[in-house]
Amino acid sequence: MKAIQEFTKGIIKENPVFVMALGLCPTLAVSTSVQNAIGMGAAATFVLLCSNIFISLIKNLIPSKVRIPCFILVIASFVTIIDMVMEAYVPPLHKSLGIFIPLIVVNCIILGRAEAFASKNGVFKSMLDGLGMGLGFMLAIMVIALIREILGVGTILNIRILPASYKPMIAAILPPGAFITIGLLMGLLSILQNKKKSKA
Amino acid sequence: MDFSTLFIIIIGSIFVNNFVIHRFLGLCPYIGVSKKMDSALGMGMAVIFVMTMASTITWLIYTFFLNEATSIFGLDLTFLRTITFILSIAVLVQFVEMVIKKAAPELYKALGIYLPLITTNCAVLGVSLLNINENYNFIESIVNGAAAGVGFTLVLVLMAGIRERLEYSKVPRSMKGMPISFIIAGCMALAFLGFTGMKF
Repeated sequence: MKAIQEFTKGIIKENPVFVMALGLCPTLAVSTSVQNAIGMGAAATFVLLCSNIFISLIKNLIPSKVRIPCFILVIASFVTIIDMVMEAYVPPLHKSLGIFIPLIVVNCIILGRAEAFASKNGVFKSMLDGLGMGLGFMLAIMVIALIREILGVGTILNIRILPASYKPMIAAILPPGAFITIGLLMGLLSILQNKKKSKA
Repeated sequence: MDFSTLFIIIIGSIFVNNFVIHRFLGLCPYIGVSKKMDSALGMGMAVIFVMTMASTITWLIYTFFLNEATSIFGLDLTFLRTITFILSIAVLVQFVEMVIKKAAPELYKALGIYLPLITTNCAVLGVSLLNINENYNFIESIVNGAAAGVGFTLVLVLMAGIRERLEYSKVPRSMKGMPISFIIAGCMALAFLGFTGMKF
């Protein structure tokens, strides 16, 4: 497979959230506003990129029996780094993401990519894979956050989009809105896929 | 010991701030293991057990090793929180698995396959972190861990019951599987919102 495909596959064709249904907890929890979504996406992308590079560098040193604890340790170190960096430079964002920053450790996308890709491929390919998957994750949260923020508050990135007379649908930014939005989006994707299949 | 505080923690963690529905923790098993009632119950029991144990152990580790004021070393090691917690949960799950296998083979047969899955269940790490963030004392942490596990089991079993019925109903082709599960989760979240107004 060409190098560029390693990068693009994570964004649409193998999107970690919509297609593989991984990393659902942070996706639903932080998609209350686009700002939170970008912050979470960036943090997860950083961890994914660094852990993919590091694990593919040390993949020959790790005995296969203890590989999962080793991967978790590597991921936890990078999560601690991003946690401290965010606390120092963007304290409001750090506060609104709350425990979901330390919880990046147990995000199945990151462990999944370490196990399925970085432990079997070279450094350059793993880097592209990590970046692509990270951006795919970020894109997915942003799409959900966009829908929820417009419906629930009437703004995007705190800029008013809908007229002031619009009565916000508060349920959209509460938990039920998250579940229903992602359910409808997944249904929409499967309609598109079914159409593609019947054409082919 | 103030029993009304404990009561509020129990009601809060089971209904008002339910881990799955309100805090979006542990969604992967919620969607993944809720197809059959038996497996939902098995997973629920395993989670209650591990969450209670994990709350106990991580609280002890945090208080006696990491927190500067109460640590036996007198060092501020709170930045190691994420790494030590995830490692101790992984070790705990492994240990519990070995003990149950020796001591209660029947229980092991019932819980066996779910135990390893729990390490990456974000609800377990989540409850450990929340106990620290909320400044709970030792007893409160244990109670909160157990109550969070009961809350998790409650919604998991409810979901499994609904999905068993769903097998016999007509669902549009594109909504089958994941999409409809999310919509149902959204409806359950709406129902659980009714508890939000409860104040003591």
